[in-house]
Amino acid sequence: MKKPLRWSVAFVLLAMCLVFTACGGSKSEPTAATGGGSTDTTASGNKDEGGDTAAKGGTLEAIKARGKLIAGVKYDTKLFGLKDPTSGKVEGFDIDIAKALAKKILGDETKIELKEVTSKTRIPLLQNGDIDLIVATMTITEERKQQVDFSDVYFKAGQSLLVKKGSAIQGLEDLKKGVKVLTVKGSTSAKNIREKAPDATVLEFENYQDAFTALKAGQGEALTTDNAILLGMQKQDPNYVLVGGTFTDEPYGIAIKKGDAEFVKTVNDLLKEMKDSGEYDKLYEQWMGVKPE
Amino acid sequence: MPGKFDIHVLFNHWDRFAEGFIHTIEASVLALIGSFVLGVIIAVMRISPIRVLNVIGTVYVEFIRNIPLLLVVFFFFLGIPSLGLPLDGFTSGTLGLMVYTASFIAEAIRAGIQSVPAGQTEAARATGLSYIQTMLHIVLPQAIKIVLPAIGNQFINLVKNSSILAVVTGMDLMYYADLINSDTFLPLTVYTIVAVFYLVLTLPLSFAVHYMERRFRSADR
Repeated sequence: MKKPLRWSVAFVLLAMCLVFTACGGSKSEPTAATGGGSTDTTASGNKDEGGDTAAKGGTLEAIKARGKLIAGVKYDTKLFGLKDPTSGKVEGFDIDIAKALAKKILGDETKIELKEVTSKTRIPLLQNGDIDLIVATMTITEERKQQVDFSDVYFKAGQSLLVKKGSAIQGLEDLKKGVKVLTVKGSTSAKNIREKAPDATVLEFENYQDAFTALKAGQGEALTTDNAILLGMQKQDPNYVLVGGTFTDEPYGIAIKKGDAEFVKTVNDLLKEMKDSGEYDKLYEQWMGVKPE
Repeated sequence: MPGKFDIHVLFNHWDRFAEGFIHTIEASVLALIGSFVLGVIIAVMRISPIRVLNVIGTVYVEFIRNIPLLLVVFFFFLGIPSLGLPLDGFTSGTLGLMVYTASFIAEAIRAGIQSVPAGQTEAARATGLSYIQTMLHIVLPQAIKIVLPAIGNQFINLVKNSSILAVVTGMDLMYYADLINSDTFLPLTVYTIVAVFYLVLTLPLSFAVHYMERRFRSADR
């Protein structure tokens, strides 16, 4: 009786060792991803004049020859690029910007092909020539500028505050001692708010929906994270509003293959036209529910 | 090296580990006392000859015992505040734990009391003892042997379940573990340390349960 028992104990221990090492290994992956994806914000960069490695033929000619624009967009991001599960249509602010580009280049906003990208896949897809440009909530950073060129800023993203309508809290300076600010565990937003409002109590939740539910239940006075996410919540429940503007700087830009200055100029010209004509403001308000600041 | 075990995490983040550990102990002790008192009351209701109390006790046990703990805690954390009574994460978490564990303790006590053969009660009553006297002198001393280890097990579960506070920002050990993990990216280290903290609380309880079981078993022989 004794021997088999001893063997089984040894076996269980061995199994546990394997499981532990496996866990250790797999859990390390998100770490690397987080490190790389961290949004080191930089000053809103304009186009990088890196004409030395000019893409052969130019993206603009390729699009005209093909007769359609291929845009890399998000399929899973509220307000910017979200696939409607019932209609199968992808809709959002990013999508409409891409459509406006198609209209400018080819004269028809339907001459466009949307390709789903994620934060991980978008740069390789662009570099391989699978897509002509990236309009996918992409923050302009120095690191990324080494790999792609960016258009002018088309959306000023950054961390902001969401509070109940009529709240006494109107900005960072109101986050005094005793004020509870809600956010998500381990997020950059949590670190930022601790720095910017050291007296406030920061409560961290598992995800944004939990944090928003807690805000509604009165478990805190403000919720903080990127304004893009907060705008979605404000749209979902207009009793909650953004206050105090953004206090971090994470400008979104349209990414273009490195060295294609001609195409960057085309895109920037369009953005300027849209802003001058008021079309940009209209689109912004349509998706964000408020006018751009 | 994310997979590596690095004991320095314990010293570098000692203040947060300690604060979390203290909150876990506080929540556990408060919920333990509360759930025991509430559990006894419910158990008495369940076995009492008065029908109304009986029904209330049964409904409580069957309702609370058969829904997830998270739901009970959310009721206090999100439900009650929307009715105008604000409860913070720690309070609602502890209340949830108390209410939840009480249903199991009530069941343990009821099962223990009802495991004493009916003949004992009948004999006691026949000798002229009152219902209360029968309970105190005949039934409870026998039932306690079954009840105590079962309650001990519920207390072990309670300490472990207190990790639910992490979900409602209850500032317990698990909550801080998540935060430390997101600062250090050393999940293996952080959660192993946390496991040791929990064992410090649960192992003595576990030994106490084993001790009681052994003692009561030998007393029966």
